[in-house]
Amino acid sequence: MTDATVTPTGRQIPDRLVSPLARALKSWEMLLLIVAAAIFIANSLASPYFLDPWNLSDATFNFTEKAMIAFAMAMLIVAGEIDLSVGSAIALCSTVMGLAMAAGAGTPVLVLLGLGTGLACGAFNGLLVARFGLPSIVVTIGTMSLFRGISYIVLGDSAFTGYPASFAWFGQGYVFWVITVELVIFAIAAVIFGIVLHRTNFGRMVYAIGNNATAARFSGIRVERVKFILFLLTGLMSGIAAICLTSRLGSTRPSIATGFELEVVTIVVLGGISILGGSGSIPGVVIAALVMGLVTFGLGLLNVPGIVMSIIVGGLLIGVIALPRLWTMIRRR
Amino acid sequence: MSILTKALTTAAMATALIAGSAQAQDDMRIALVVKALGIGFFEAANKGAQEAAAELGGVEVIYTGPTDTTAEGQIEVINSLIAQRVDAIAVSANDTDALVPTLKKAMDRGITVISWDSGVAPEGRLMQLNPSSSPLIGNMIIKLAADNLPEGGEVAVLSATTTSTNQNTWIEEMNKVAGNYPNVKVVGTVYGDDLADKSYREAQGLMQTYPDLKAIIAPTSVGIVAAAQAVTDAGKVGQVNVTGLGLPSEMAGHVKSGASKSFAIWNPIDLGYSATMIAYHLAKGDAKAEPGATISIGRMGEVTLDDNTEAAMADPFVYDASNIDAFSSIF
Repeated sequence: MTDATVTPTGRQIPDRLVSPLARALKSWEMLLLIVAAAIFIANSLASPYFLDPWNLSDATFNFTEKAMIAFAMAMLIVAGEIDLSVGSAIALCSTVMGLAMAAGAGTPVLVLLGLGTGLACGAFNGLLVARFGLPSIVVTIGTMSLFRGISYIVLGDSAFTGYPASFAWFGQGYVFWVITVELVIFAIAAVIFGIVLHRTNFGRMVYAIGNNATAARFSGIRVERVKFILFLLTGLMSGIAAICLTSRLGSTRPSIATGFELEVVTIVVLGGISILGGSGSIPGVVIAALVMGLVTFGLGLLNVPGIVMSIIVGGLLIGVIALPRLWTMIRRR
Repeated sequence: MSILTKALTTAAMATALIAGSAQAQDDMRIALVVKALGIGFFEAANKGAQEAAAELGGVEVIYTGPTDTTAEGQIEVINSLIAQRVDAIAVSANDTDALVPTLKKAMDRGITVISWDSGVAPEGRLMQLNPSSSPLIGNMIIKLAADNLPEGGEVAVLSATTTSTNQNTWIEEMNKVAGNYPNVKVVGTVYGDDLADKSYREAQGLMQTYPDLKAIIAPTSVGIVAAAQAVTDAGKVGQVNVTGLGLPSEMAGHVKSGASKSFAIWNPIDLGYSATMIAYHLAKGDAKAEPGATISIGRMGEVTLDDNTEAAMADPFVYDASNIDAFSSIF
């Protein structure tokens, strides 16, 4: 047996088919960034009030709370699950905080209760999905009614008001100049979720599960445990969003955050996360949140009726998702 | 011409354009914020607001609101109005309390904020315009019964539940002024619990208990329809008149059949008109929102603010065969 020597053939197989730069330019994030920039420019031309730091600061409230949840939801959807109960979880967290406030609790206790209730909601969903193997869409449609139902039983058509002044800091406070507390929480959450999904083993496991849960299981990934943690994270982010929203509104009603779940999922899908699981990125979600915020605020400045606004947002969502697919179809012809 | 100068010229032109469009808006801009767009009642209020704007001159009304009746949606709308630096915001609130922080911010930035129809907690607005007041409503419902009974006679009340705060207050106010209508004898009050079938049976019961009954007063939109139906089914149209508070769209048929000669409810057109008038005067500075102050509301006369800086616009508006068609398509 002779040593097999590799003889250079003169032809090389590139380790990447597309250069990193070209790939970045063609990526979903780049497309979204272009859309965001276009909307920003269009808004500044259309309304004289758009390019005002305070106005832009106010505009961030249109998306910060939803985007916080969207990061956790993105990971959940990458793993092939979904949580439609987030809006109702906010209502429940807010109601629990309201009860504690009525009993005389101070801000630190309120925050802990908000986070705790969020985690409990997430754990409940996670238990039903991961432990009992129920489909997440069914479970969370159920808990969507359940969580809000509890709030309605507690509150009826009354409201909790009179949160302590220090509690208002989360939703109405500024860290520095026009930078709101919510915006800072949003940014910190973006960085943490970005690192977790793209730079840790846990993140790789999430992708593996989303692409093929069975293969992931045979690779030694504890699929149920990862899913349970993802539901916990979504619950936790709902809790944080509930603290911000309750603080911003200064009151709790059982109808709080109605319809948030679909807006969160819209941001996630617009951000390029495949609804079938397995692909997408956190930077995409960040840009998608900005796009949604810019669009709704810009149209609001022009006093475009909300009905027309939702048509435009729907069109944007379908357009941004359909365009790349159409483009490849045309190029293949 | 270098690229830099080109860019600078473009930027300068853009700035000039933006500044130009900002200067063009020297009208007073009043935003009429409603609970949700696409509701007939509020579309009618907008009609009134536009009427007020035309009458005042130099006023632009921005009619806006969220797609569904959420506080969060309304806050987004109000934020964008603050950003546009409108002169005044007149809001019918989806939530008494949740709008307060945002509306406070609006007032901090120099915007006149009032609420109308569905009010905001006092710290979030300068004043609240109610469509009417309990004494006016109490008086109106018995007056409607008396006006159609020249010879007088027995009337009965069909209310909602025994614990309905609104209805109880109105009936109490009605009893206070009953002495002004000596012809009319109020013989009893029954409760239909705001359920169509129970109200219907209670109305039937009234007609059996009091064979000489001349009118049924139902100060609830459910009860008035059920009573009118019961009168029609009993073949007593013309003998028993049904009146009270109802919605024109639901009552149109009964007014035409004669089961109800007239009934009352607020007029959304007048409400939008008055809210715009008040917002205009407060923003202009020729009226103040403080307890006891009076503010002119054009063709509607004037309103006086009470200790909670709330004001009642007028008597409930009377709907009868002459105007029911015009309003039944509105709300």
